[in-house]
Amino acid sequence: MVNPSIEAVDLTKCYNSFCALSDLSLRLEGAKCVGFLGPNGAGKTTALKILTGLIRPTKGKALINGIDVQEDKKAALSTCGALIETPEIYPALSVKEALMMVAEIRGVPSAARKDAVMKAISEVKMEEWIDMKCGKLSKGMRQRVNLAAALISDPMIMLLDEPSSGLDPRGMAEVREIVKGLKKKDRLIFMSSHLLSEVTEICDEVAILDHGRLLAYDTLERLTSALSVGNARECEASFSRDLSSDALKEIGSTEGVLGLKLVEPRRLILSFEGGNEAQERILAKIAGLGVGLIAFKSSSSALEETYLRLVKDSR
Amino acid sequence: MRIENVPERAIPRSASQLKTIAKYELTNYLRSRRFYVLLAITLIISGLLTAVVAYYRPSGFLSSPLGFYSSWWGLAVTYILILSGIFFGGDAISGEFQNKTGYFLVVNPVKRSTIYAGKWAAAFIASLAVFGTFTVVTVANGAYYFGLDVPYQFGLSLAFSVLYLISILGVTFFFSSIFKSGSISILVTAILFLFALPLTQSLVSNLAQMEPWFLITYGAEIIGNVLKDPYPAHIVTVQLGRVTFTTYNAPILNGIAIMAAYFLVCAALGMIIFDRRDFS
Ligand SMILES: Nc1ncnc2c1ncn2[C@@H]1O[C@H](COP(=O)(O)OP(=O)(O)OP(=O)(O)O)[C@@H](O)[C@H]1O
Ligand SMILES: [Mg+2]
Repeated sequence: MVNPSIEAVDLTKCYNSFCALSDLSLRLEGAKCVGFLGPNGAGKTTALKILTGLIRPTKGKALINGIDVQEDKKAALSTCGALIETPEIYPALSVKEALMMVAEIRGVPSAARKDAVMKAISEVKMEEWIDMKCGKLSKGMRQRVNLAAALISDPMIMLLDEPSSGLDPRGMAEVREIVKGLKKKDRLIFMSSHLLSEVTEICDEVAILDHGRLLAYDTLERLTSALSVGNARECEASFSRDLSSDALKEIGSTEGVLGLKLVEPRRLILSFEGGNEAQERILAKIAGLGVGLIAFKSSSSALEETYLRLVKDSR
Repeated sequence: MRIENVPERAIPRSASQLKTIAKYELTNYLRSRRFYVLLAITLIISGLLTAVVAYYRPSGFLSSPLGFYSSWWGLAVTYILILSGIFFGGDAISGEFQNKTGYFLVVNPVKRSTIYAGKWAAAFIASLAVFGTFTVVTVANGAYYFGLDVPYQFGLSLAFSVLYLISILGVTFFFSSIFKSGSISILVTAILFLFALPLTQSLVSNLAQMEPWFLITYGAEIIGNVLKDPYPAHIVTVQLGRVTFTTYNAPILNGIAIMAAYFLVCAALGMIIFDRRDFS
């Protein structure tokens, strides 16, 4: 099986003299989730539109699985599901019909088509509205259908442009879960987002764009720690049970730990110094305590700091 | 050992994707308010014609079968074809940009030209449904007065009408791929077919005394002319005192060529434009 890949080569998009995207070169490869961050107007949507053949670059190339999107869009997107901005759907088609159309276009065999559509609909929790006309859907409901359309036929690559935009808080949480679920399969996801917590939770790597230029592309760990050399670093630990005060005290006494913040009974934010060695030691310590540690990762506030610093520097 | 070499996912051939798009697009059309409005207009025109002919029994209609079809058909068919073209083609492509429905379809592994052709096919079939309704009412009335002995010229006229519909949809799709706003492209095509082209034609032929061989509406006159017996001469000169006045009638082959040329040129240009346009 080929390794999924997305590649931008000197990708540039100019509107008259204004360039929304300047010489973006980026290669994503393998099964992982890459977050695409940047302020409003940074050029994220522009880049994703070029990758999905919605617009043509002024210069440069966009390749999906090594196939040039501008040269052969049909082949390039054959294993790619995409959701760009908030598409409208033909208003007189029902949710089910709209998704059947997509399944048919994408070549889901007719015997499996109905199941594929039902599976996508239940993933986005739209079963109740399956026969509703798309013209009558609310914006959030429509976005769920759009996400379902991107999921149909189990694409190996997914390009998502703020998938949770327009959704209510529960909807956002659900989309986060859906995307997290998508990650488990061997799939490459490239997702733009303004929700740093979402990106921290889901993504393995982050690309940061501003003024059409790539500021950084690296793993979440390296990005956040590069910034905090010598500084305190923050991590977030989640537990399956409520933390006892004894356990808290024990964790707090570990070498390197500077502070603890119990944001929820089962979620702890630790700040510490000493880089990776300290992080390794602290993780081992907490795991050894047997207090139900289920996750340990860089906290989103670390990403936020990195993000703000990078974006500010580029002004 | 068995080596399977199955492609990741076989995307259907463009022809089959075209069918899929046409099918769902047609479903969307047939459920739209627009379709019912157009059907209602057609039924009202048909009803009026039926009532007027039945009540007044105009001799032009009832002297011969050919006269009947010529008068009935000549009165309304081009308007019905033009309205269908405008209703179904006027914003077919511009709507994809303006309403953002394009973002749903275009990001799939399908060529834009396939989308264009699929939408065109759907608009054509929806228009045929409307046109078919008018044809059925026409023939039913003809059969009432003259029996089922339909003159062969009517068959020809029917075929030319379908060709005219094809070329109108070619033109309206082309205009809808140029404009950003659906209502503007509808307006432009409506003005073009209902005023600009007929006006140009009468200016060119009556004032300039030139053959308007480059106008689609001129070519489409074969729809009515074929119902005249004998078929009118290509160039007719009338001596009015000291002035000679010339009128032109497109011969059948010229008419077919004009309409086909409009369709082919517009379809090719429309597809190229749609293929290159940015969704932004
Ligand atoms: N058709 C257009 N004509 C001129 N400028 C455009 C056009 N489309 C986009 N832009 C500009 O390109 C820039 C990048 O836009 P883009 O939508 O890619 O930003 P973004 O990173 O997705 O922002 P957001 O986070 O708000 O979605 C913006 O400054 C925008 O104004
Ligand atoms: Mg955007």
